[in-house]
Amino acid sequence: MLLFTADGHAIPVVDPVGSGDAGGVFGLLWLVIALPLLGATILLLGGRRTDAWGHWLGTATAVGSFVLSLLVFIGMLGREEGERAVVQHLWDWVAVGDYTVGLDLLVDPLSVLFLLLITGVGSLIHVYSIGYMEHDPRRRRFFAYLNLFVAAMLMLVLSENYLGLFLGWEGVGLASYLLIGFWQHKPSAAAAAKKAFVINRVGDIGMSLALAMFFVTFGSASFTVISANASGASEGALTAIGFLLLLGACGKSAQVPLQAWLLDAMEGPTPVSALIHAATMVTAGVYLVVRSNFVFELAPAAQTAVVVVATVTLLWGAVIGCAKDDIKKALAGSTMSQIGYMMLAAGLGVYGYAFAIFHLITHGFFKANMFLGAGSVMHGMNDDVDMRRYGALRKAMPVTFATFAMGYLAIIGFPGFSGFWSKDKIIETALVENPIAGVCALLGAGVTGFYMTRLMLMTFFGEKRWKDDVHPHESPSLMTGPLVALAALSVLGGVLYLGHWITDWLSPVVGEIPEHELPVPAIVFSIVTVAVVAVGVAAAWFLVGKREIPTTPPSDVSFVTKAARADIYGDAINEGLVVEPGRRLTGALLTFDRTVVDGTFTTGASVTGGIGQGLRRVQTGYVRSYALSVLGGVLLVLVALAVVNL
Amino acid sequence: MNDITPYIVLSSILFTIGSVGVLTRRNAIVVFMCVELMLNACNLALVAFARQHGDLEGQVAAFFVMVVAAAEVVVGLAIIMTIFRTRRSASVDDASLLKY
Repeated sequence: MLLFTADGHAIPVVDPVGSGDAGGVFGLLWLVIALPLLGATILLLGGRRTDAWGHWLGTATAVGSFVLSLLVFIGMLGREEGERAVVQHLWDWVAVGDYTVGLDLLVDPLSVLFLLLITGVGSLIHVYSIGYMEHDPRRRRFFAYLNLFVAAMLMLVLSENYLGLFLGWEGVGLASYLLIGFWQHKPSAAAAAKKAFVINRVGDIGMSLALAMFFVTFGSASFTVISANASGASEGALTAIGFLLLLGACGKSAQVPLQAWLLDAMEGPTPVSALIHAATMVTAGVYLVVRSNFVFELAPAAQTAVVVVATVTLLWGAVIGCAKDDIKKALAGSTMSQIGYMMLAAGLGVYGYAFAIFHLITHGFFKANMFLGAGSVMHGMNDDVDMRRYGALRKAMPVTFATFAMGYLAIIGFPGFSGFWSKDKIIETALVENPIAGVCALLGAGVTGFYMTRLMLMTFFGEKRWKDDVHPHESPSLMTGPLVALAALSVLGGVLYLGHWITDWLSPVVGEIPEHELPVPAIVFSIVTVAVVAVGVAAAWFLVGKREIPTTPPSDVSFVTKAARADIYGDAINEGLVVEPGRRLTGALLTFDRTVVDGTFTTGASVTGGIGQGLRRVQTGYVRSYALSVLGGVLLVLVALAVVNL
Repeated sequence: MNDITPYIVLSSILFTIGSVGVLTRRNAIVVFMCVELMLNACNLALVAFARQHGDLEGQVAAFFVMVVAAAEVVVGLAIIMTIFRTRRSASVDDASLLKY
């Protein structure tokens, strides 16, 4: 069944078969989530008794989940195209009258790709963390949180309705909070965790309101029901839902204006950054938009908003990445920018959904690779993150350098590497469908080339600028192993597009990509993109590579650099637009409460008290004066009686 | 035939003397006696009215007043005694500690 939009595009509705009909491995779908969840439970409840082997259990559950996902994927490959979406009903979750929401799991070509990415990259990060966190006394707890993170993300992508998705959504928020603030003894980490949590809650307002709108408009939160009835709903309602979903996606995926938490989130241990940026968390927003294609296709205004937000973010993140000296923050800026590319593709509708997911997967590979590589560098440099104190590390850490270089070539879109295929398609589609966004995306690619080259040059090339007590060394094989695997994936990720496999694979979910006229052959777009990237790389070579790099950041820089160093004043904007007015409002309310509300009562009480103080004086302690007042009272009563009787 | 006016007049005079005594005298014993005087003035009025109406209700009430007065004397004198022992004074104005 297809859903037709105003401009004639066709979107398939969600129409899964039951897992009873599917049988086999699809019946084990629940285990994919249950395994890491069980791992987290055992590790958290088991306490210190599990310290000795906790990290192995955590890794084993993640790997087990990956094996199951692989089996599901293979099972799906063997099925007819129309029967690849399978739903597994676990139990009735919410049952109010004839209104039920089931805890249903849906696996289809879209979510199975996410399963593989989350559990696959997640497992590699688990393995890496065994080495990275070896000397941390709370390693077992770290693995419990990692497992929780993976389980929540799996719930998010496997749920068949928005309520279950919201459960995973909140679980991801919780796990990210726990992990960003993992080194809670550092005030900056605690503050960063709180910041991520609060900004995510702002996005969650959008999600929960969208959920309420779904119930009101469709009487259901199920993808199946909503997609089947979407064409019957008013465009106003769908546009409202689209904007609310976009707000939620902005919070989770760190898109402007809710981007400020992502750079501070670097306070967490580096494997967490890799997990957040590659496999879990920030990809959730892209998943949400692609999954809700039946809403966005019917709400063109919301779709345009997605494009605008994405375009702003991809340039915003790229500019930040150019000026950061902290290696992790430079990579974080690049993530913002790359997620912007995915959102841009998702905002382009039927033309872009598949490419958004394609870029999401390749980005998952090379960004996890580079973050883990950055962690390896920090490991060798006594946890210093300042690239101005790096330099010439390619000899000291050959494996890290080689794997990082693969990620670098992938992200700038060097021809043949995974990022080339995915980003090139997004830029091409954007240029045809929305030239303004397309030009911005092309510019962003050039800036990407600049900041990534700068990062490479400052870290691995040039002169040694190490601090005196630093003796860089290669990391243990538990850490380099995952790096090699991810480097291979970064290089080879492009095979997913071999023979248009990924677009064909996703077409039962996101629709066939309509033919569009290319004004020039596709190869021209690729050449232009590569040329722009080459300009960026060359600029970095002349501005960074050929000059001496001072160990303290120079202060006589352009206003753009200053702005980028300050995250383009994202914090200042939040401070001025939200925090300060909020503080003023609460201050005013507090004053109102203290003066007017409290004042009314304290004045009343003090008046009553004052009268009491005065009346106390009547109690003189002299019996005779009491007797006199009794007499007076009697006389008064008598007079009153006399008056009444007369 | 039963003109009770003189009795009532006497009762009123006695009551007035009693109440003026309560208000003006400081000696606790005297005050106490004045209270008794007021009670007895009331008794006189009750009995006189009972006589006028020709029934016993007023007389019964007078008996009650006597009983209560007797009990009150017991308690009152005990209190006066105690105050005198502790403070060496029978003046009601001296016993003015219980106040604001």
